Amino acid sequence: MAKQLYYEDVEVGSEVTALKKIATTRMLVQYAGASGDFNPLHYEEDFAKSLGVGKPIVHGLLKRAWLVNLMTDWIGEKGGLKKLSCRYRGMDYPRKMKTFDDPHDGETWWCKGKVTKKYVEGEQSLVECEIWVENGKGEKTTTGSALAALPSKAK
Amino acid sequence: MAAFVVTDGLKQLIGQKEKPVVFKIEEGAIQRYARAVGDSNPLFNDVEYAAQSKWGRVMAPPGFTGWPIASGFDMFKLFEKLAAVGAPMGLLDGGVEYDFLAPIGDGDILVMEIKIAGIEGRETKMGPTMVTTIESTFTNQRGAVALITRNTFLNF
Repeated sequence: MAKQLYYEDVEVGSEVTALKKIATTRMLVQYAGASGDFNPLHYEEDFAKSLGVGKPIVHGLLKRAWLVNLMTDWIGEKGGLKKLSCRYRGMDYPRKMKTFDDPHDGETWWCKGKVTKKYVEGEQSLVECEIWVENGKGEKTTTGSALAALPSKAK
Repeated sequence: MAAFVVTDGLKQLIGQKEKPVVFKIEEGAIQRYARAVGDSNPLFNDVEYAAQSKWGRVMAPPGFTGWPIASGFDMFKLFEKLAAVGAPMGLLDGGVEYDFLAPIGDGDILVMEIKIAGIEGRETKMGPTMVTTIESTFTNQRGAVALITRNTFLNF
């Protein structure tokens, strides 16, 4: 794990340490199994086409889990995630698999964030962030916000 | 193009609560989920590491609990109920809001109460669209509300 982040380490405008992700058809299958979301929208071409999204899309909830991953990695074990929200604004399409383990070349996603506010409330040192998932074209296909408590060096 | 018109049948479902379900948090399910989303945090994956942590057990990543992981509750049944009174068949997940109020980890037993918090008609790029907000409250075995989730679904 990275070294612990403290409230004093961040300012408004500070960047959340970016997290790289690659969605693959294999990952979507794995996510469906682990989550129980077996909507054919995420694995069946004709079904996805009939809904007007072209082809199977990445689960919004998987992109949401990436954003949680972004935040919990950044705030560390002494930090606490208080709130998180996100909206799915654009479709993302997984890379297909080339071998058992490796996907074809293609889209790479980055989860990013920025501190929008920091304040102390009672005992808690809090930071608000805007967070998003960006596709290879730099388009934000999922956007949201998060509120986290960070440990303070003052205590 | 126009906004979706919410039928009376749909309006009657607003505020309606589903039968509460008991939701047991298990380390194996957490590990499978963490691997599936590519989250390598040892607190969510490594039993020995987690046992040495201040929590003493494998913890659930925020967002693990709730839709779609909700043993004993079938969200698609709820969608069918909406479809029976006029919801369009196209379905997309619109987004989610979480209030994380207490840590959740292996061994916790949560009671999930779920209700349709709101249904409104809108116009989106998918055409006339019904926007449904489903709110779930999770109370742990110590009687504390550990989590509130608000999921938004789009029917078009």
